[in-house]
Amino acid sequence: MNLKAYPEKHSWDWETSTKEIANISDWISSFPEVQEIVISPEGERIAAIVMTEDDVFSVCVNGELWTNTFEKAWSLKFSPNGSLFCIGMNDDEWTVIEEDKPWEDSFDYVWNMKFSPESPGVGVNVRTSEGYGVALNGNPWDSKFVQMRSLEVSPDGKRAAGTVQLTSLAEGDVFSFKKGLWGLAVDGELWGTNFLNVWDCVFSTEGTKVAAEVRLVSGRQTIAVDGIPWDQEFKAVWRPIFVPDGHDVIAPCLTTDGWRLLVNGKSLWNKSFNQAWNTVFSPNGAKLAAVVSPEFGRWTIGVDGNVWKNSFGEVVLAPVFSPDGQRVAAVAKDSGKWTIIVNDVPWIENFDMIWDPAFSPDGLHVAAKAARGSDYFVVVDGKNSNQKFSKLGAPVFSPDGSRLLMKTVEAGRYFRKIVPLKNLL
Amino acid sequence: MYEFVSGPLVWIAFIVFVSGMVYQFVTMLRSARKDKVIYPYMSLKYSLRSLFHWMIPFASRNMRDRYEVTIVTFLFHICLILGPIFLLAHIAMFAFAWGFKWQTLSQVAGTYMTIVVILASLFLLLRRLMMPEIQFVTDPSDYLLLAIAAAPFITGLAANQQWFDYQTTVIVHIITGAVMLMLIPFTRLSHMLFFPFTRAYMGSEFGAVRNARDW
Amino acid sequence: MGLPAIPIVSDPGLDETVKGLTPEKIAKVVNRIIDSETAARFKVYMKTCVHCGLCSDACHWFLSNDRDPRFSPVGKVKQTLWEIIKRKDSLDPAFLKECSRIAHTECNVCRRCSMYCPFGIDIAYLLMVVRRICSELEMVPQFLQDTVNSHSVTMNQMWVKQDEWIDTLQWQEEEAKGEIKTARIPLDKEGADVFYSVIAPEPKILAQLIGNIAQIMAVAKVDWTMPSFDGWDNSNMAMYSGDFETMGRVERYHHEAALKLKARRIVMGECGHAFRGAAYDGPKWLGWKQPPIPLIHAVDFYHELITTGRIKIARKFKTPVTVQEPCNIVRGRGLGKKLREIIAATCEDFTPPYPDFEHNYCCGAGGGVINCGPPWKTSRVKGNEVKAKQLAETKAKIIITPCHNCHSGIEDIISGYKLGMHVKFFSEILMEVMEIPDELRA
Repeated sequence: MNLKAYPEKHSWDWETSTKEIANISDWISSFPEVQEIVISPEGERIAAIVMTEDDVFSVCVNGELWTNTFEKAWSLKFSPNGSLFCIGMNDDEWTVIEEDKPWEDSFDYVWNMKFSPESPGVGVNVRTSEGYGVALNGNPWDSKFVQMRSLEVSPDGKRAAGTVQLTSLAEGDVFSFKKGLWGLAVDGELWGTNFLNVWDCVFSTEGTKVAAEVRLVSGRQTIAVDGIPWDQEFKAVWRPIFVPDGHDVIAPCLTTDGWRLLVNGKSLWNKSFNQAWNTVFSPNGAKLAAVVSPEFGRWTIGVDGNVWKNSFGEVVLAPVFSPDGQRVAAVAKDSGKWTIIVNDVPWIENFDMIWDPAFSPDGLHVAAKAARGSDYFVVVDGKNSNQKFSKLGAPVFSPDGSRLLMKTVEAGRYFRKIVPLKNLL
Repeated sequence: MYEFVSGPLVWIAFIVFVSGMVYQFVTMLRSARKDKVIYPYMSLKYSLRSLFHWMIPFASRNMRDRYEVTIVTFLFHICLILGPIFLLAHIAMFAFAWGFKWQTLSQVAGTYMTIVVILASLFLLLRRLMMPEIQFVTDPSDYLLLAIAAAPFITGLAANQQWFDYQTTVIVHIITGAVMLMLIPFTRLSHMLFFPFTRAYMGSEFGAVRNARDW
Repeated sequence: MGLPAIPIVSDPGLDETVKGLTPEKIAKVVNRIIDSETAARFKVYMKTCVHCGLCSDACHWFLSNDRDPRFSPVGKVKQTLWEIIKRKDSLDPAFLKECSRIAHTECNVCRRCSMYCPFGIDIAYLLMVVRRICSELEMVPQFLQDTVNSHSVTMNQMWVKQDEWIDTLQWQEEEAKGEIKTARIPLDKEGADVFYSVIAPEPKILAQLIGNIAQIMAVAKVDWTMPSFDGWDNSNMAMYSGDFETMGRVERYHHEAALKLKARRIVMGECGHAFRGAAYDGPKWLGWKQPPIPLIHAVDFYHELITTGRIKIARKFKTPVTVQEPCNIVRGRGLGKKLREIIAATCEDFTPPYPDFEHNYCCGAGGGVINCGPPWKTSRVKGNEVKAKQLAETKAKIIITPCHNCHSGIEDIISGYKLGMHVKFFSEILMEVMEIPDELRA
């Protein structure tokens, strides 16, 4: 398969102030069904699965139809490098289609399409007559399993791992279950250890090691790295992460005095919480942030063990670091209203929904897509541009930070706009 | 003997009662913090709503279904609490010791209230003996607690009516009263302290959290 | 007291596990749970209960078993917790089997008794403490444990595989399109108004219910989605077995699926216990005072669709109906009135059961009891004779039951007591009476 390298944002068009890319209303009037639209990262393309005639589906990109048609199609997504993928079926054979080109192999079923975060790589879970497995970048694993329930692609896009069932289990057989029927397969190779459960797994940055949440026996959970469990056991654990460019593993664990962040089983922050999860490292790996609940019903962010003073009563989502790692922002909700908090300072305006914040390259500005009722807005540094859209893509800062790419749908037409940041502040 | 029971023993009983209640109260508040949801769920409005419905006779369904228990237990508790507080003989002792007094019940009313407590205790005893579902959850301590609660009233009535040697009866009366007072914080009689709080919590959970009635 | 012997039920989940227990193992767990997992509520409740027995009349098990005191709420606490507290360090393994029988199979944790206790003692909570102790010793009835195992692996309660789930949705979308041409089940749609979640029996054995909701959503023009990934199942039997760590994980997946899709709110299908898990027990364990995004039960949702006119009623349902009010949405959410209103809007001939609203009788299946499986079915059906009488008195033909556990439990009661009635979800009634504009018809 042909994977493009991630396009540098520099090469995107940052000059043309407004481009009308497509008229979605036309699609709606020409096709019996137009499904959810997706917009490419650089905003030059907009696409949707459409029904062209009864029970025949295709993909419409900027008004042009793919040549391939399907009896069923779903999971239409742009990868981070801007390739358009979907999962389609004809004659009961499912496969992945990239840019109108199906993979050579097809399967009894295909789902769970995942992209690698850093360089091009796409994986899916597949079912064939021989069992369950993975196809990564078009290549199916040789090994198949009784069942497979997850998929994680390494940052470089070259490896894949997921939770697999080792032997089948008869209905109601609680005794065989206790023996531990679940394991983890990495590139089709099994860990040598079996567990009661294997939940979320994660690759190390260079992709050589894998850590996962596991349950050893009833009531005892821990983190296993390459199949080897930590010496310490806990009542519960959450998804681990690797320290960037290293092999140390950090995970939230439920200890006798509450939730703590542990590194390789040892205490990391000298604090325990009512809850702690969604740990995130800064891009340079120097700082660690997590969502924490210092007391029941209150939520905030902890950065390197320092807990923010402002807390929220309903929810705080995973933190986002600025490129230099100096600032942290997160989506938060209180009294039914969503907002964003940046370095412990919440925005004053609030919304019915708000999407993940994006930092400018210098880390000084934060932009996000937000909604009130059925209207969408771009919000920068807490200031609502007050321009309403019926649909909106995620805003993107230009590499020099002076402009913002806005992907807007207005009156049924899709526009790609470049707006000087100063107009929005 | 009389001097001891009517002086230091009463003091001791009140001190044990008050400090025991304070201890139980503080322990409850502390342990409520550990039970993470209690404080966040508590609501004054729904606490009061619940207390209101359970302090008014027949305001809850079970009180209507079990009307005989409702009548007896309301009378029992009212007479058991108010009787001793407003009894002339008790107030006279306070007045004698501390020089202040408050409104008293008439002698007759006091006697009737005492009789009500005794009859209600008898009712509770019979209920415990005769109803299988209560018999099943009854152990000796339940009889003992009932006896402890009833004893001051039986002995009080006996003293008042001078059925036996007055002095001895009064001594026994004061001792049983002191025992009851001292045991309240440390036995299931502590429901006297906990009632408003268990009710308030359930009222809050039903009302503020689950949007439903609890009566 | 000459009480009849309780029939011995063989359940491998208990009979086999009990062999590995010792008084020491039991003491260790009991002490840990009592000392570090319980606090004010447990301690105050234990001190406050005056053994008055006034909770007895609340319990359908007690009322249905000839007022056998062993089935009264306080009777169940006596047989379990009082003993546990009394002889913490010398509890024999066989006693734990009794505890599991009583707490897992003979109490629906329906909380009716806490409305009858003058102190408002949450007796169901006390029985949950017993379940927790049992679960920590792996003393859980086999079928219930198997369901919990399924939750732990799949995050759904019926071992539904990921591909089966999506495949079922796609199949039901096709079916729905066969009736209403705009019907869709949008997968993983971001920013939808409604994130619709169901319990696993729907894709597994009652897939047409998903097809029905696709039609209802299309007629009401609701902007909705369902996730293709784990977190779609809102049920939670781990909450009822006492495996709170698994419960917490399942609830986290459910709420995070909706958060990930940026949905404005979660609408849950017609299931009561699932509502309890998603609205209260799950968030509580995870540290949320309330669900992180608004969460409403199907009854609330249908009420909204009908009262706002998004769904119009073409003709009313004629057959006489009554209702089974699910504990977890009526006593647990105060939805009794809304439930009556949607029935009034859709049905011509409704007879309410008595007692009703918050004082409804549990279906006998809830609280994980039906999930204890076939070995316990006889005692479960016997334990709810009072429900059979209550339903028979309404002389209705159809019992509307907006809850999956109630649905199955009431069906068992209907056949057990030969009531000659039928059970329907509210959505099934709605499908029969809803106006479908001609331009939407396929």
